[in-house]
Amino acid sequence: MSAALSETRPRAVVHRLARLRPGTWLLAACGLVILLCAAVPGLIAPGDPLAIAPRESFLSPRWGHPFGTDESGRDLFTRVVHGTRSSVLIGVLSTLLGVGLGAVLGLVTGLGRRWLDAAGSRLIDAMLAFPTLLLALLLIAVRGPGVATVIVAVGLSSAPGYARLLRSEVRRVSRSGHVEAARMLGKGPVAIVWRHILPGALGPLLAVATLGVGQAIVWASALGYLGLGAPPPAPEWGAMLNAGRTYISNGWWMTVFPGLAIVGVGVVATLAGRRLSARWAGRGGAR
Amino acid sequence: MNAPIVHARGLRVAFDGVEVVRGIDLSIAPGTCLALVGESGSGKSVTARALVGLTGGSVSAEELRVVGADALSLSERAWRSVRGRRVGTVLQDALGSLDPLRPVGREVADAARLAGVPLDLPALLRSVGLDPAAASRRPDELSGGMRQRALIAAALAADPELVIADEPTTALDTTRQAVVLSLLRARVEAGGALLFITHDLAAARRVADEVAIMDDGRIVERGPVGSVLAAPMSAEGRRLVASVPWERPRGERLLPDDAVPGVGAAARLAGGDAERPVGAAPANGEPGGGEHRPGEAGHPAGPAAVVPSSGEAGGTPVLELREVTIRHRGADAPTVVGASLRLERGRTLGLVGESGSGKSTLLRAAAGLVPIEAGEVLLGGEAWSALPERRRRARRREQAMIVQDPLGSFEPRWSVGRILTDALGRRDASAVRGLLESVHLSAAVADAHPRTLSGGQRQRVAIARALAVEPSVLLCDEPVSALDASVQARVLDLLDELQEERGLAILLVSHDLGVIRHASDNLAVLDGGTIVESGPTEAVLAAPRHPFTRELIDAAPRLR
Amino acid sequence: MHHDARSAPGPTLGGEPGASAVPGPGAAAPGPAGPAGRPGAGAPAVRGHRSPWWLAALWRLLGAVVAIWLVATLGFVVLQALPGDPAEAAVGGPGSQASAAALQAAREQFGLDQPLPQQYLNYLGQLLRGDLGVSYGQKLPVVDVIAPLLWPTLLLAFCSLAVAWVLALGTALVATGRSRFAAALASGLELVASVLPGFWLAAVLVMVFSTQLGWFPAVSDNSARGLVLPALALAVPLAGYLAQTMREGMLSALDAPFAAAARTRGETPWGLRWRHALRHGLVPGINLSGWAFGYLISGAVVVETVFARPGLGRALLSAVTARDVPLVLGVTLVSALGYVLVTLLADALVALVDRRAAA
Repeated sequence: MSAALSETRPRAVVHRLARLRPGTWLLAACGLVILLCAAVPGLIAPGDPLAIAPRESFLSPRWGHPFGTDESGRDLFTRVVHGTRSSVLIGVLSTLLGVGLGAVLGLVTGLGRRWLDAAGSRLIDAMLAFPTLLLALLLIAVRGPGVATVIVAVGLSSAPGYARLLRSEVRRVSRSGHVEAARMLGKGPVAIVWRHILPGALGPLLAVATLGVGQAIVWASALGYLGLGAPPPAPEWGAMLNAGRTYISNGWWMTVFPGLAIVGVGVVATLAGRRLSARWAGRGGAR
Repeated sequence: MNAPIVHARGLRVAFDGVEVVRGIDLSIAPGTCLALVGESGSGKSVTARALVGLTGGSVSAEELRVVGADALSLSERAWRSVRGRRVGTVLQDALGSLDPLRPVGREVADAARLAGVPLDLPALLRSVGLDPAAASRRPDELSGGMRQRALIAAALAADPELVIADEPTTALDTTRQAVVLSLLRARVEAGGALLFITHDLAAARRVADEVAIMDDGRIVERGPVGSVLAAPMSAEGRRLVASVPWERPRGERLLPDDAVPGVGAAARLAGGDAERPVGAAPANGEPGGGEHRPGEAGHPAGPAAVVPSSGEAGGTPVLELREVTIRHRGADAPTVVGASLRLERGRTLGLVGESGSGKSTLLRAAAGLVPIEAGEVLLGGEAWSALPERRRRARRREQAMIVQDPLGSFEPRWSVGRILTDALGRRDASAVRGLLESVHLSAAVADAHPRTLSGGQRQRVAIARALAVEPSVLLCDEPVSALDASVQARVLDLLDELQEERGLAILLVSHDLGVIRHASDNLAVLDGGTIVESGPTEAVLAAPRHPFTRELIDAAPRLR
Repeated sequence: MHHDARSAPGPTLGGEPGASAVPGPGAAAPGPAGPAGRPGAGAPAVRGHRSPWWLAALWRLLGAVVAIWLVATLGFVVLQALPGDPAEAAVGGPGSQASAAALQAAREQFGLDQPLPQQYLNYLGQLLRGDLGVSYGQKLPVVDVIAPLLWPTLLLAFCSLAVAWVLALGTALVATGRSRFAAALASGLELVASVLPGFWLAAVLVMVFSTQLGWFPAVSDNSARGLVLPALALAVPLAGYLAQTMREGMLSALDAPFAAAARTRGETPWGLRWRHALRHGLVPGINLSGWAFGYLISGAVVVETVFARPGLGRALLSAVTARDVPLVLGVTLVSALGYVLVTLLADALVALVDRRAAA
């Protein structure tokens, strides 16, 4: 994004950071906490997320167990913190898969000849017709449950959305005046795609992908909740909610806190994505 | 009876403490039109909005009476009963000012409906020259001219005492401008009061009784329209008058050098080739188009004399179009039929026509950006349109193009320096500086982003980029249509100057015959995809043969 | 962005190519469809060549047929990708101890001994006749299993959709209003709602309204009272998305020159939103319909599970656990068909509101 010459200087970077709004700072701080939980959960919750303590089962939130404990006496706070990694990882990986696949489809349809565009666009339409969860269930029925299946399923079902976005972005940029100007300068198609179309089209895609991570986490947790994701003892938010289902009448905390974690990550990802979107949509480029 | 419809004394408008309108006096009597003329940023539109309570800033005045009401004490609710019913407004953007999802008739009737006034919609539409059937259409089904008429109808729907027209013709072709202006004038003749906001003195001449020239939030000159245009007293007035290109002969500078800040002889010398001889006589019918040393042409001797009898004294034209026919993919009818053009070194060929006439398409075909169906384009006497794209690419740098919207033609992520470096094809800071100087921009602009520049500066950057490839042909697509009058004049002067220095051949596309007349040696008139008339500019204008040419001449923006 | 020349029409399912309605994650994106109108741009837009509406409609129908065919083909690919011998699956599902003779008989019966292209054609022929195969688990034709469950799920989806639109409309109208506090609150709510996992919301609703307050049953049936909680759980996240999309459409309309023009005619702030902005919000909202349908079907799986509500979703889940592929595929194909039909309907609806989209 630091295209302008002046922006590469460190002092300029500091200046840009200083100009950010407080909301952006707060958002960045939240994002950092989430990443920290995912990278080094032990730093925030030093306990063992799998350690059972039968005598401490079903404790409501209290000092020492801020989120309470579950049916085996495992500390819920520790489990929620340690669950960040797998949830975020599933979200990021499936988004990467979706963006990768979507990028291929989007570029082929956006840059390709008319018949290729027509064929690819129909394929995208057909893929869109499969609802996320149903596609995932179909894959699970075929391949059996598991985290890998969840990632593939969520990734696959998000791909057509990204493909369509990238296609329209590529078309928009291809028709724009600056691509015509580059042609007038005698630039070849490879240079034009590489230096103008891709950088112009990828920005919006990245912004939407950021939003997509939040969505992917929600869908993946839904599969976990249905008992089709990570196997039971693993600290994964969806699976934890699944365990909490049975005790919904006497252990509200087992349902509330993992869910809040999902919502929190979702909100942060959505806000970050919106910021990026506004940036790309409003100015057509970096600043 | 003759109490003024608008009476303002010491009107001030400020946004966040910054005054944009700094104490102006206005008065408009019934049956008269006041034109408020100024360039963008002069405060004229804000003044107009203050009269309907829609500035969004803080308005103060010693006295401000609009249609008999004390405008300073009106509540928002009271304002709403003034807007539409007693003051009708026509806004600039004919394309955007009608809701694309509503039938035009509903939009037109809105003011009457809100005011509770009975309305004969078909009669109203007919009065502005619209078919009443247009009422059920959506705006995108109407042409630009029809939309602007619909907007005027919407402003008149509740029969207001005052009509404010804010740049109502900017987005229109000159012939349609003339129609809209006469509609507005008819309103005045019928006893209505009109406040006409424009940057275009020529448009003001057609409508206004009185003109007030605004500059930097103040009225710097006012008076009857005839006397102000004939002998402007203020510097801004002189500048605006000088900027109207009609009747300013080819080759004459529109604005003196001192009007361009920081441009003197030194800057001009530093900008281009220092050894260039200046002042040589124009070389007519120069042989050969292959060799391009900069600056062989010089200032022409005098008005009108510049135009050569014909460009066929020998030699190959730099760019030639032979019987070119262009059809867009999937279209039933071709966009351009059998168009032939010859462009010679050091000359400008003006291509004039209305929007949709195919002039931009023809220019893009000359650039090899649009495939042609029949005929051929030759560049430097050699095949151009017939080449496969790969081989054409190698010769692309013999041409350069400038478009109406320079900002859109710049890669949005790049600074000016990077854009120019990219065009040069090599990293050369001094060459970038040189390019900027040759278009009279300071070297500091290189670090700026085009977004942060003014419209005129952006167009200069676009010209600098065009020069970077050292083209023999410069293709200009409405290069000045989006610019203020004086900025337009400066860009035209700059193009002239660069042509003299470098012997550029320029193909200039414009809808404005004034611009074409001032800037081109030869001209071709395009109507409905066909060239209906062509020849040396002054000869064609002196004796137009085609009725469309005559129509264009009648509608051309001029001061007399 | 309203003066941009629309790209050439084609048989595009689910909105115009340049539209910001990117289903799924893109739904929340403001859609960088185009920069604001250029100031002072000279020439009016050259209006493109217009085809008659019925031709456009025909194209779109054709596009829908192609999409359905592609969906069916993808289904065939899934069947082929099944691990193990399809004949074995047909006889007793994975793990059955079928004899070689029985397997051979099954192969001949289901045409599995024929070459793949022939099998593919047979498969398409079956689908055309409305035959979705036989469920492994229930040993019944898939159609017979699905048919009675369709109605409860569609009822739930329809109620949720209605509730979502009402919530979204209210939120969008408040969020674009003049009260800054209300607007901020509305957009905050809409943001949280859009990331709420439906199943979690369902669980929380059960905890509050069934376990604690006892207002609504925790186990849902087709009675009105039983529908309230599941419909809400499905509707709230959807409403978040819809509101977001509509708000963006409305805000850009309120910023547009035609809104300024309307104000000069004395239009009230309410009239501005009601008569002008709302339509501009509705169009992207309706464009999301196909995606919303998919979302509702997906959501029904989890919500029906939480509320132990009979329906397609719950049947689907038990089929997945039993690895009953024909049933799962059948449900998926039916919902894909639903998606295509809903999208078609939405396109027609959008064309009514915005005639530019019709061409």
